[in-house]
Amino acid sequence: MKQPALTVTTPSERELVMTREFAAPRGMVFDALTKPELVQRWLLGPPGWTMPVCDIDLRVGGKWRNADGREMGMGGTFKEMVRPSRLVATESYDDHWTGGETLVTTELVETRGKTTVSTTVRYATREARDAALKMGATKGLEASYVRLDELLTA
Amino acid sequence: MKPHSYTLDATFAALADPTRRAILARLASGEASVAELAEPFDMSQPAISKHLKVLERAGLISRGREAQRRPRRLEPRPLAEATDWIERYRRIWEGNYKRLDALLQELKDKQKRTVDALLDEVKPKAKRKRRPR
Repeated sequence: MKQPALTVTTPSERELVMTREFAAPRGMVFDALTKPELVQRWLLGPPGWTMPVCDIDLRVGGKWRNADGREMGMGGTFKEMVRPSRLVATESYDDHWTGGETLVTTELVETRGKTTVSTTVRYATREARDAALKMGATKGLEASYVRLDELLTA
Repeated sequence: MKPHSYTLDATFAALADPTRRAILARLASGEASVAELAEPFDMSQPAISKHLKVLERAGLISRGREAQRRPRRLEPRPLAEATDWIERYRRIWEGNYKRLDALLQELKDKQKRTVDALLDEVKPKAKRKRRPR
């Protein structure tokens, strides 16, 4: 089966928007985005990454935290929570390599049993956005190479 | 630090300097010798050579075989890797979302099995027909 297209756009200089359709009803997708035991199954980043730590206190004012147990950890606070259509949360990395806190808005729209998820990441500044993307790319590439190393030396 | 991550860091460090970016832009239109590169930048050849060394270490340029001129040329691959960050970001999320697709399919299958089992228990068969598949 062909994967639905993922679009990534930068509509303003502080924002990044990702949109993707999923072949499942909205409530199910919302659960997959917010229940730790489900989030840990898919939100892993580049190959080789895992997420042993995933705490989600799903309510306005509640905290969330993900970590890979080694170097990457991130977390934030929920600002809005409207099951199953909308989620707004702050997000920042432990070591602040993204250049500060971002505000992540996730919207879910269901049409005929399929759900379109759009995620808007708003950075504090344009520089923060560009730095985050570049660093994300760097870290992602490093992780891939580390995995390649592991394969080659196995 | 491992050699490969050093290289990538070196790529970003190399790109952070405006003179080095200008050198890359110049080399994008064809190879050039150190003297040819030094000219438009109003810099001494040793100063340019220093920048070239940084670019070379980062894998962004290489030297031609021509013995006397040793022209520098652009190596496009690391540059594309370093600058094409949206594409890379997209790829990471494509990986994530592919796993999410599989998970959702699993949840749907599970839900269907639960509903089927319940229907089998409840019966009568008339009720079963009402449920669209």
